[in-house]
Amino acid sequence: MGLLDRLAPRRDAEPAPIAATAADDPVFATKALRKFLTSLTSREAPVLLDLGPVVGSNVGFFGETLGCKIFVEDIYADLERHVREGTLDAFPEFLRKRFPQADGSVDGILCWDLIDYLDRASAQALAAELVRVLRADGALLGFFATAQPKEVRYTKYIIVDEVNLKHRTYPSSRARQAALLNRDIIRMFTGLRVSDSFLLQNNLREILFRKTV
Amino acid sequence: MEKDIVNIGKSVVIKGELNGSEDLTIEGHVEGTIQLKEHVLTIGPNGKIKAQVFAKSVIVLGEVTGNVTASDKVDIRDNGSVDGDIISPRVAIAEGAHFRGSVDMQRKGTAGQSTAPKPAAAPQAATAQPQPQPAAR
Repeated sequence: MGLLDRLAPRRDAEPAPIAATAADDPVFATKALRKFLTSLTSREAPVLLDLGPVVGSNVGFFGETLGCKIFVEDIYADLERHVREGTLDAFPEFLRKRFPQADGSVDGILCWDLIDYLDRASAQALAAELVRVLRADGALLGFFATAQPKEVRYTKYIIVDEVNLKHRTYPSSRARQAALLNRDIIRMFTGLRVSDSFLLQNNLREILFRKTV
Repeated sequence: MEKDIVNIGKSVVIKGELNGSEDLTIEGHVEGTIQLKEHVLTIGPNGKIKAQVFAKSVIVLGEVTGNVTASDKVDIRDNGSVDGDIISPRVAIAEGAHFRGSVDMQRKGTAGQSTAPKPAAAPQAATAQPQPQPAAR
């Protein structure tokens, strides 16, 4: 089976949460998280870069359970600030200077669905920086929508366990941009290879990249 | 036994090194270094800290800019804010808190011991059990 065959086609079905919590945050299954965690646990004291808003329980999970050193770099907040200030044109350049981490110093990156909210230039700038900081054979986990949802919201991904994520939405000033094709995603992350790709019932594509050695 | 607790009020501004041997609550502004190695430091809702912080436990309800090192726990409560790196074996960050920086929960004194990660399991609760707040005097 070819690489593009393994990557998911587009679908337009409604999301299908497998459970609902008391707080009404839907919980969705995740296939790629376990593999991402496996890549981290193969390292001693792995370094993790989380591009989403800080989630206390995730910090506990990665820090206490997996022994990671975690860098929390909330790029969604940076994007939101640029949208509100009307400085999106400067966002690609901002991203090129945003990450203080040294080349090849990070073992794993949680990109979540950030790329979906970026224009092409910003996404390319971010991807190049992520490839730069990731060590050889390090892993990057990204989520990509298969369609462009109408609601304007970001999502916090809260780890329930290694196969389930709670999705907690919060208001944003920016909607997802056009859903990317698999080939465009792969080209964007030049220097990484697709290790695993899954299409979930909620129509989210999970792609696990590994940096080529 | 009654614990000694000191309160630095809203109008107080301190620049320099702050050392202590009792629990401390800061509601004012502090710039420099804070060392309470065996005690609890609470940054109150009005507290603004630009300092390197060393304490047994640090509870943040206000704003901290600087690195925070705690031998026991760092607890960033709702609306609390930390811009800096945290080193502590236990870290709790509440929903609604702001944090930017790194978190290193490696326990000191375990050098040489195996640090092989445990199998992944359900994460800890988002916030730890409430700790008693030191009362201001």
